Amino acid sequence: MRRKKLTDLKESAIKSFFFASGILAVLVLVGVFLTLLTTAVPAFREVKISQFFSSTHWDPTSPEKAEYGLLSMIMSTLMVTGGALVLAIPIGVGVAAYLSDVAHWRTREILKPIIEILAGIPSVVVGFLGIVLFGPALAKLFHKGNGLNALNGSLLLAIMALPTIISISEDSLNAVPRAYSEASLALGGSKWQTLVRVKLPAGLSGIIAAVMLGMGRAIGETMTVLMATGNARSFPHSLLDSVRTMTANIAIELGEVPYYTTHYYALFVIGLVLFLMTFVVNLVADLFLHKYQEREQ
Amino acid sequence: MKLATRKKIVEVIGFLALRAAMFLVVAVLLLFLYDITSKGHGAISWKFLSQAPRKGMTEGGIFPAIFGTFLVTIITALLAVPLGMSAAIYLNEYARQTRITRLIRLSIRNLSGVPSIVYGLFGVILFVNVMRFGTSVLSAGLTLGLMTLPWTITASEEALKTIPNSYREGALALGATKWQMIRTNVLPYAVPGILTGTVLGLARAAGETAPILFTGAAFFLPYLPKSLGDQFMALPYHLYIMATQHHAILQVRPLAYGTALVLIVLVLGLNMTAVILRFRLRRKQR
Repeated sequence: MRRKKLTDLKESAIKSFFFASGILAVLVLVGVFLTLLTTAVPAFREVKISQFFSSTHWDPTSPEKAEYGLLSMIMSTLMVTGGALVLAIPIGVGVAAYLSDVAHWRTREILKPIIEILAGIPSVVVGFLGIVLFGPALAKLFHKGNGLNALNGSLLLAIMALPTIISISEDSLNAVPRAYSEASLALGGSKWQTLVRVKLPAGLSGIIAAVMLGMGRAIGETMTVLMATGNARSFPHSLLDSVRTMTANIAIELGEVPYYTTHYYALFVIGLVLFLMTFVVNLVADLFLHKYQEREQ
Repeated sequence: MKLATRKKIVEVIGFLALRAAMFLVVAVLLLFLYDITSKGHGAISWKFLSQAPRKGMTEGGIFPAIFGTFLVTIITALLAVPLGMSAAIYLNEYARQTRITRLIRLSIRNLSGVPSIVYGLFGVILFVNVMRFGTSVLSAGLTLGLMTLPWTITASEEALKTIPNSYREGALALGATKWQMIRTNVLPYAVPGILTGTVLGLARAAGETAPILFTGAAFFLPYLPKSLGDQFMALPYHLYIMATQHHAILQVRPLAYGTALVLIVLVLGLNMTAVILRFRLRRKQR
């Protein structure tokens, strides 16, 4: 009898331990948010919140008047990310359709690890290739500067977002019930018509989720854009301008800023904005992902 | 007839476009690998791999960076693997569909979407300042560990899911407690799968730069870290410096290529190991 009690005690202790590890994920997420928030808030003692979101000038070390406008950086991030998505969505969804509808299963077994290899290339190596490979090519193509600009960043981020977009879109296309495509084929639709008019619309929620996840990755990517986009602080007007994204700005300035100054706190304001942006994008992705997984069941 | 031909032409062109997209992706990957291998292999020698940088990093090797990356990845693994496995065991073996379980899952998915530089900011506050570990290999490893955690949880859970329920029922029917069942009839069969996913996550962590920028990676150190409180050199950060921060960037470009090659071989080598392991595992399971 006592032995039974002891075993029960041990069992529930073990269960609590595992539960605690699970809860840790929640604590880390909340911890990240609260840390960013509490370190960002002191910045608002000296700088109005409205200045952060209405000014395009970021110059915290100016001897005359320090400026804390985020708009140029936010615009840069959106521009590079937007450019990346314009490239990555058609190619990514195309490859996903190829893998799910065209490729022989043996070809697929070879191609899928190759795409995983692409996902495995460290971002710093991709950024390096942006400098040595894409930069000179772009400079030659457009006869302008050194090729370190928003377009370069967009190309690289597109490549980095592709594996995410491909694999989740493919899952989503594969999850479309066979009866759908069989019905279309039986009615005389060609394989192409079946793909474009039946399978793609049916798998749309998964594809949207894939795009959102790719977008989240592009917004948060640091090293690639830091190395390949030139990091000019001015407001960008075209894809051929040198830009400095939010992530790159944190990476450049956090190493040199004295702790516990307004500038230091302001960098955490950028971090907070970045966190909230990716959080919303991921949450939307999650909603769409759920939609197609529910149907799958 | 005319309509049918048009339909056929559209189909042929459409599928051609899909194939072209696939070729483009493969071509980009090959271009990347070719460029780095062809320009990087000249720098590789035993000296390059075994010596420290010399003369303001214009000569010598990258051994301290290799060592540092190795060390920081071990710390990452020590944090992320056991905790990731435990969380996965909870989710797959104990958790019921409650609100808390859903919250945990939501948090894990969102954690994997948090930008790496944000983990860096978190590490600066939590490990460097609050816990007073300073900028050190310990702070950097723990920061990377937190970043890796959602990946190891997901990978472990996937592995646990593949274990058939009959294994569990068999143990329970013989009067085993839940933990005895997990220990003897679930974990041993799940470990290979868990390892595969974990190695993939650690490979990604080893190649990350943003989280270690401000938590412990050093521009240059003449000595190897002697304790967990020391700063360290890391391969990805070293590549970043050689490519953008060095005073003679063009002169050290071959060394940068060499560093990129070593990093990519290390990371992709780990990736390949994991992929091959998984391939074999699947075959066995069939």
